[in-house]
Amino acid sequence: MDIQELVSDVPVQGEHSIEGIDFITSGKQYLTFLLNLEQYAVDILCVEEIRSWEIPTKIPNAPSYIKGVINMRGIIVPIVDLRLKFSIGEATYHETTVVIVLTYQAEDTGRTIGFVVDAVSDVLNVESKDIKNSPAFGGCMQPQYIEGLINVGKNVVTLLNVENLQYVEKHAI
Amino acid sequence: MAKVLVVDDSNSIRDMVCFTLKSAGYQYVEAKDGREGLTKAQAESFDLVISDVNMPNMDGIDLCTELRKLPNFKFTPVLMLTTESSTDMKMRGKAAGATGWLVKPFNPEKLLATIKRVVR
Amino acid sequence: MSVDLSQFIPSFLEESFEGLELMESSLLSLQAGDNETIHSIFRAAHSIKGGAGTFGFDVVTEFTHLVETLLDEMRDGRREVSPKDVEILLASVDCMRLLIEAARDDENYDKDKVAQTTMLLNEALSSGGEKSAGEKISQQSDNTEQSTGKSDTSTFSIHFVPEHNLAKTGNDPLFLFNALADLGQLTTVANTGELPALTDIDVQELYLSWDLTLITGATKDEVHEIFEWVEDDCLLEIKKIDKEPLVNPSDGEKETVSVNEIRAASNIENESNSQEIYPANDNSVVKKQATKTKAKAKVEVSSIRVGVDKVDNLINLVGELVITQSMLSELGSDFNMDKIERLTSGLEQLLQNTKELQESVMRIRMLPISFAFNRFPRLVHDLAIKTGKEIELVIKGEQTELDKTVMEQIGDPLVHLVRNAVDHGIEPAEIRLANGKSAKGTISLDAYHQGGNIVIEISDDGGGINRQKVFAKAVEKGIIEPNATLADNQIFDLLFEPGFSTADQVTDISGRGVGMDVVKRNIQSLGGRIQVESTPGQGSCFKVNLPLTLAILDGQLVKVGTETYIIPLISIVESLQVDKDLINRVSGDMTLYRLRDENVPILPVYQLFGLATEHTEIDNALLVVVEADGQKVGLMVDHLLAQQQVVIKSLKDNYQQVIGISGATILGDGSVAMILDTPGIIQMALAYAQNKQRDMASYKQFAIGEQC
Repeated sequence: MDIQELVSDVPVQGEHSIEGIDFITSGKQYLTFLLNLEQYAVDILCVEEIRSWEIPTKIPNAPSYIKGVINMRGIIVPIVDLRLKFSIGEATYHETTVVIVLTYQAEDTGRTIGFVVDAVSDVLNVESKDIKNSPAFGGCMQPQYIEGLINVGKNVVTLLNVENLQYVEKHAI
Repeated sequence: MAKVLVVDDSNSIRDMVCFTLKSAGYQYVEAKDGREGLTKAQAESFDLVISDVNMPNMDGIDLCTELRKLPNFKFTPVLMLTTESSTDMKMRGKAAGATGWLVKPFNPEKLLATIKRVVR
Repeated sequence: MSVDLSQFIPSFLEESFEGLELMESSLLSLQAGDNETIHSIFRAAHSIKGGAGTFGFDVVTEFTHLVETLLDEMRDGRREVSPKDVEILLASVDCMRLLIEAARDDENYDKDKVAQTTMLLNEALSSGGEKSAGEKISQQSDNTEQSTGKSDTSTFSIHFVPEHNLAKTGNDPLFLFNALADLGQLTTVANTGELPALTDIDVQELYLSWDLTLITGATKDEVHEIFEWVEDDCLLEIKKIDKEPLVNPSDGEKETVSVNEIRAASNIENESNSQEIYPANDNSVVKKQATKTKAKAKVEVSSIRVGVDKVDNLINLVGELVITQSMLSELGSDFNMDKIERLTSGLEQLLQNTKELQESVMRIRMLPISFAFNRFPRLVHDLAIKTGKEIELVIKGEQTELDKTVMEQIGDPLVHLVRNAVDHGIEPAEIRLANGKSAKGTISLDAYHQGGNIVIEISDDGGGINRQKVFAKAVEKGIIEPNATLADNQIFDLLFEPGFSTADQVTDISGRGVGMDVVKRNIQSLGGRIQVESTPGQGSCFKVNLPLTLAILDGQLVKVGTETYIIPLISIVESLQVDKDLINRVSGDMTLYRLRDENVPILPVYQLFGLATEHTEIDNALLVVVEADGQKVGLMVDHLLAQQQVVIKSLKDNYQQVIGISGATILGDGSVAMILDTPGIIQMALAYAQNKQRDMASYKQFAIGEQC
């Protein structure tokens, strides 16, 4: 591959950046949240609800990032700590710690899983053309979980792939 | 709008006939065999009776014979729903006083078109 | 106007499968001369044919027509009911099922089987009855009207002289003329010549005749069809004329009346006619819709039929609940301590209501076990023919109710057990006779409730299980040592070992690769167990014990560290406080507890599940002794809590199967608790014991490895 092409794939800061403010566009909306100091986003249509952290019931012999299960209106929902899963910062639990419950509806099956994050920050409107490919190096997050990158002002928000996140325990170890 | 008595032992056929009648604005009453049909006919009058032939308890031919004995049903059109288009079948129906027959497979448009020959 | 009938396809399918079941069971019990049974078989076939035609399942219609023809001959007494015919009809029922399933799923079917059965049917028809076998199905073409030439109008002259008693069949010329008018422009001329003197008129008779002229785009057949029902009761001439007709005034009094005037005169509601002109329509519309919904029907919608009484009962209970609710909310709006008694009684009532409601809702899922038993008469009938044995099947307790899910999953194991009874249980007739038994063997199926369980018994009056043979076989297979001494029930348990088969030769009836071990595993996965009783020379009995429902379980709540677990009561042998004198430590970290004369391994749950707890001392710990697969273990827990009924929730919906855990439930405080899976825990412990040199970490690896 030509070096020129590689360069063009890397987002240039500020070039196509958009403001992280609430306005209705033809693009999609994304919920952004913090893991340590890094910003991440998921498709807002997948967000079932945002809950405050509560201690879940442990699942015996589960990997450490599977914190357990909780009862969400009669549904048993597993809780995954993304900070542990992706080795980002320290997994501490305090007042602002929240759980984002995501539902991914495939053709015949759907799954609902809660993800522990440090804080929920914003809702972003993003045109699909503004979602950049992620550079294929660096970071401790496996590429299948990353949908792309969004430039917001000076910051970069990592857009997560909800479908693959729902089966996070399947690609364990 | 005319009120129709639908007699058939098959739920799905009965549902379809009734659905078709309803969609055309007819009123209807259902019965699951000849005996039930006769009981309902004794209780109220109808402008039209549509009945299957092969049914448990009382078949369509017997139902027709019995209906013709009721004063209210002397001239009421009685249509037989049948898969048998043989003349023998038709003669038996006729002898019992049936007005006409509707040959299955059942086709909703055709049903509506043909019942207009006997009722409005 | 088009009416979409595709929504009725699922109910047609359901009804058809019910019809097929009825046909099958009736055929199996059919006696010569039993006309009522033949009639009901005929009616079932007839309904299927009618429905299939409507939805455009032509293959089904065609095939069923042959079946119906054969049945018709039997019904009319033109044909004797021979065993051969019954076999053919049974095979036909199978084919109809194949065809309907293929139509439902829009898939291919076993063409050879259908072709073969069609041939048999045709042969039977041409040999036995009077009707010709190749009778064509003509309805399709009858109904398909040719709409060619529609744009050209032609003129018909119709001479219509009804018989005087036409009205007695419910026909009315007025409606016929209305129908004709819908086809085009109609002019009617009434002949009143036959009208008798007023005093002689019978008001119930018709005296008029008509000359009609119709200018229409319809064909002569379409015009003729309108008179279809009356053509035997009238003089009818329909002629196509090329020119505009001339109305010839002739003898007698004639009046020219337009049909609209007739309509008006007879006080009949006149509606806008625009939508009442129906194009000559063939089945294609319905057919297209049928294909469209086939794909939809493929996603299996599982439904249950519920008796109205059950629904009514539910409605009553909900009514009571509403009353309790309003009583409580009224109490709450203005509450003071004086009303505490009323509050307590209200809450009690609420508890009662909830409990009854829960029971009723559960009962909706309950179906009589006859749904599972229904297939056995046919199965035994076929197997008896195949093995050349004479077998009578006795079914009892078929009204015993069982949860639908359990029912669906117990079907195959039961089939296997019945096959087994036919193949291995019942001896050939000559051996039976030699042993002083009747030549005809008996297999009985029985179902009854016992406690919170259902017991299904499959018994035969055959030779019983040959203990020596089982023993020898087990030694040969290396399952046991040659010098082992086993009690009867231990010998019988060998039957359920993987790879065990005592049949001298593997027949295609029971030796299909699925062994009794699979039967046992299936039953266990439903939370049930299977026991065998057998008396040499008198027969064997397999007893299957199943929970009534998979949705609810009676459990013992226990506490380990911060976590609450539920142990199914059915697996608990006893709970006890450890007496430290009875503890034996063997080979490293394995601890045994002497329970009477048995040594029961102690499994600390906190270790198994990697939990932190203060209660790590075995010496005076609490043990819950559980049993599965004949193996007892003592689960060491911190505290025993209450016993209660819990609703089982699957972990698989949003997560995955977890070893040692059969599911989860939600407790009264809204928190989640895991339900222990006793057989799974024992397997975990066994695996742990086998790897006891390794540490817990590697064991965990095993557990997790299994999950993925």
